Amino acid sequence: MRGQQVRDTQSMAKQKEQAAVLDQLSYAPEWTEILREMIFIRRFEEASEREFRKGKIGGYLHVYSGQEAVVAGILTGRNKGDIVYAGYRDHAHALLLGSDPGAVMAELLGKATGVSKGKGGSMHLFDVEHGLYGGYGIVGGHLTLATGSAYALRYTGTDRIVFCFFGDGAMNIGSFHEALNMAGLWGKDGMCPVVFVIENNGYAMGTSVDRHSAVTDLAARMRAYAIPSEKVDGQDVFAVRGVADRIIRQVRDTGKPYCIEAVTYRFSGHGAADVQQPYRTKEEVEKQKHRDPILILSNRLREISGLTDSDLKAMDEQAIQGVAAALKFAEESPEPDPSELFTDVVAEHGPVRVNRD
Amino acid sequence: MTERTYRDAIREALAEEMDRDEKVLMMGEDIGIYEGTFRITAGMLKKYGPRRIIDTPIAEAGMVGTAIGMAMLGLRPIVEMMTVNFAIVAADQILNHAAKIRYFSGGQVDIPMVIRGPQGAGVQLSAQHSQTFESFYGHFPGIHVVAPGTPADAKGLLKTAIRGRDPVMFLESAALYGMKGEVPEGDAALVPFGKSRVAREGRDVTIVSYSRMMQLSLAVAESLSASEGIEAEVIDLRTLRPLDMQPVFESVRKTHRAVVVQEQWKPFGPAAEISAAITEEMFDELDAPVVRVTGEDVPMPYARNLELLAVPHEKEIIRAVEQVLYRKAGGNGNGSAGW
Repeated sequence: MRGQQVRDTQSMAKQKEQAAVLDQLSYAPEWTEILREMIFIRRFEEASEREFRKGKIGGYLHVYSGQEAVVAGILTGRNKGDIVYAGYRDHAHALLLGSDPGAVMAELLGKATGVSKGKGGSMHLFDVEHGLYGGYGIVGGHLTLATGSAYALRYTGTDRIVFCFFGDGAMNIGSFHEALNMAGLWGKDGMCPVVFVIENNGYAMGTSVDRHSAVTDLAARMRAYAIPSEKVDGQDVFAVRGVADRIIRQVRDTGKPYCIEAVTYRFSGHGAADVQQPYRTKEEVEKQKHRDPILILSNRLREISGLTDSDLKAMDEQAIQGVAAALKFAEESPEPDPSELFTDVVAEHGPVRVNRD
Repeated sequence: MTERTYRDAIREALAEEMDRDEKVLMMGEDIGIYEGTFRITAGMLKKYGPRRIIDTPIAEAGMVGTAIGMAMLGLRPIVEMMTVNFAIVAADQILNHAAKIRYFSGGQVDIPMVIRGPQGAGVQLSAQHSQTFESFYGHFPGIHVVAPGTPADAKGLLKTAIRGRDPVMFLESAALYGMKGEVPEGDAALVPFGKSRVAREGRDVTIVSYSRMMQLSLAVAESLSASEGIEAEVIDLRTLRPLDMQPVFESVRKTHRAVVVQEQWKPFGPAAEISAAITEEMFDELDAPVVRVTGEDVPMPYARNLELLAVPHEKEIIRAVEQVLYRKAGGNGNGSAGW
């Protein structure tokens, strides 16, 4: 694993200070909830991988296992009404935002009860009611959308903000540069309240950061667009949430974008079909599993709020049961009606049917 | 009704809709301080301010993508492409995002946005700046494709585009910007999508076209009437998506002969689509194979003489009409206009 150390000492010091405050016992109930969410996401992703292997989930499947502290640390600090954009590794975002796990699983299984009516699948979870304006399948494409949505939020006079998650691999495509430059420009006028979150898991599919980015300090690259940024240990939800709380307030107050580079690691392959993983060693993965975000958080809670093994076991059981219920709901849900093929193409002047019967 | 140029009709549509709805805003390269490369947006920055008239960097994907993000939250952005050629840079945003988000979200959002700008050949702008794009955008479900051929339609269809709920590629003809015509005021100007019109009635042959080639077809129809006594019916499609073929079918049922005219390249173009639709729908009505008149299958050359050879003119349409009427030995035997 190269280029993944958190070297930004100045912001690290600030972050430690903040994490210390958050460590206080008074926060324990919320941290316990966050742990519960993270365990649920892990179990959900494990189940979705199993269903993929059984052939019940089609297409591509990209799971979030190992990265849970990023989405949990950032999005638990949001306000209602804030808007979230994600790439295609988007299950965790939907679950964290409060999408019904049954509807998320149903989407993966291509069912009518899915969050996107079974028309999007794993890569295109969409739940406007809960603030999720999409998972997107073209790397980097959604950064421009997030920037425009932020403008719209300010244009209409709200104090809502946008969260835009993307991987390290998204930082080398044209849309990234065009979006970030415009975000930097609009931010000067206070018209671009976006928290950009780099989910830096070290690899663009199988290409490591030092092989895909000429400058490996990804947060530093934001300076090219006048967007301030900092790195955070993406395995430590205390640290992530500490940064998020400060940055969210700042972005909301100023209307200026900010970028958080969360240095993290994915435990599974890039996609469910990435079994061999020739770009990294088993030893590297095993080593990273010592920094499992769920382990880090649960160990902290043992110290600060006396979390016990049986508490953990109970939370895990609850997650397993919740995921099983979601899966059952998805399995028992109907497929989309054939007539759905032709709906939602456009709002007006819908498609001409080619096969007339 | 007031006489306006095609260019002023576009400007009037934009201004009326900006006045009508604060959710309408515009973005593009040099549309503000510079007042627009083709001066469509002249005076607008002063009138509407920089929040509604946004000068963007030269970043077409950024412009379109941010417009999608605005549109999903209920704004009605209009993106000006300096020329539609440059929209290819934003193809992923237009075709893979704007055109698909409604569908893959299961209908959770509207994308009310317009991408507009001039296109077409004629002033020696050579290969990268002279293209027309109906077939390119028309291929994809999820967006509407509009190509007005008169000042009234330029205004009326643009107003409809801005008020709609879907992404629209609004393809203006640069060559028609100076053309004058009667243009209605306000809501009376609105022209619905998906309503082809009979631009000229005739009994002998149907000429199907849109945008500048429709104007060329009208000129041909007049000259054929005067010189040969041939009465051509000209159908103006106005919108390629949605495509209203009924007036075409009705016309061909009367004339039994059809010519389809487009400026762009022949392969996989609108003329092929329309020709095939006529053949599928009413093969038995046809007294001759449908003939396509199109541009030559080459990148646009710079030299004036070569550029003139690359795009259709009156004589190519006349030859095609003669071919379907079996008046002269037109055509080159392979079904093309054959000049």
